[in-house]
Amino acid sequence: MYVATKGGERAIGAAHAWLDETRRGDPSLPELTADQVQAQLGLAVDRVMAEGSCHDRGLAALAVKQSRGDLIEAAFLLRAYRTTLPRFGASVPLDTNTMAIQRRISAAYKDLPGGQVLGPTFDYTHRLLDFALAAGGHVPSGAPEAEASREPTPRVTEMLAREGLMQREAASEDEPGDLTREPLSFPADRALRLQALARGDEGFLLSLGYSTQRGYGGNHPFVGEIRMGEVAVGFTPPELGFEIDLGDITVTECQMVNQFKGSRTEPPQFTRGYGLVFGHGERKAMSMALVDRSLRAAELGEASDAPAQQQEFVLSHCDNVEATGFVEHLKLPHYVDFQSELENVRTMRASVEAAK
Amino acid sequence: MSILARAAAEDIAARLQDLPGLPAHRRLRGPETGLVMVRGRAGGDGAPFNLGEMTVTRCAVRLPDGTVGHGYVAGRDSRQAELAAVVDALMQDPARAPGLEAAVIAPLERAQAARREAQARKAAATRVEFFTMTQMR
Repeated sequence: MYVATKGGERAIGAAHAWLDETRRGDPSLPELTADQVQAQLGLAVDRVMAEGSCHDRGLAALAVKQSRGDLIEAAFLLRAYRTTLPRFGASVPLDTNTMAIQRRISAAYKDLPGGQVLGPTFDYTHRLLDFALAAGGHVPSGAPEAEASREPTPRVTEMLAREGLMQREAASEDEPGDLTREPLSFPADRALRLQALARGDEGFLLSLGYSTQRGYGGNHPFVGEIRMGEVAVGFTPPELGFEIDLGDITVTECQMVNQFKGSRTEPPQFTRGYGLVFGHGERKAMSMALVDRSLRAAELGEASDAPAQQQEFVLSHCDNVEATGFVEHLKLPHYVDFQSELENVRTMRASVEAAK
Repeated sequence: MSILARAAAEDIAARLQDLPGLPAHRRLRGPETGLVMVRGRAGGDGAPFNLGEMTVTRCAVRLPDGTVGHGYVAGRDSRQAELAAVVDALMQDPARAPGLEAAVIAPLERAQAARREAQARKAAATRVEFFTMTQMR
């Protein structure tokens, strides 16, 4: 029996009013501003920009505030907002070689040209809760400064490539596919895979990356290089016909260096796994690089039987906005579907009883 | 244009205030906010791929003499995009360009260079200086 139900409006209105009140929390405490979120919860903002696939720190901070700190909900809000905006075009590809480096480390070379620069990192902290922060009123003493380096910071992968020990990337200026315009179809090429991974869920990619290290499609990686800092975004407006800078954005890049046994056509050498994300997102960039490399198994003639090597599995499930939509839709009314299931089970039971 | 794209609207406006007799302008388009798809390259130097979008605001203005100026700036600040377009238009007049360069562009550029230098100095302080321990035998 199908019964149209109405009458939820009042309840929904009241629920949203309560949500508003709960978001605000104790009114005797000062209200958190989006600017404070942007300045002081910067890594949450960066994650929302990466997974929301839209670089705008102010909007991401507002989304974090509105979602009460639910970062997947925040990414969802940002994705929804971007659909209201026209697209002016595509940027010139970022040149991460010209990055104004805040952090740059290599686990493969100790003495690399340009040096190892730690930047603002949690690494080497003791992971002890700092109760001074709970007390408030803490004013940082100010980061020390030193003579700025003028040394160039060449890519580790380029140093290896010059020796012929690192597989070169395919030189191509082909227009990359865009999964926001055309739904993914399989097999997906590397450009589409990198786009999907760049906006993929950090937790999902972290676990998949971890699985490759534990032997599910192992690819023996070294962190060739991680770098984080500002890069200029170039754009060529059609009405001007020449390239201009739109400004700078912060990105994190990870180059994983992986051993490759060689094939009939290629000598033994290193191959790359590549990660690039908006903001300071080192764990995400590393996870992306591990998964990018594992998804290259087929093109490199390696076995691809582990989950992280199967592109249809990885790419169809890495988007947390899509995933949350499908998982959470289960809580919406399914009264009619369930009614039919109920009928079914009752009929089956009756026939089992009758056969006794 | 790259200097204006990195400057806050109030800083551009404050610099323009020092210049007397600027002509009024008319908006031709916008200011309007949209998206630019930011691209990266596979492996840093390979084939382009779509990394994700960023918000960008643009504006086109016309001066009374017919000169058209364009502004394209990262983010959603309409005023910044409009001021950038106005300065772009004014800079096309060779009589005005040196004055604008000195009063608006150069000070903004210096402030941006100082900010970059401060970042680079902090980064340099976190550079690791390895020293080799006496070899164990």
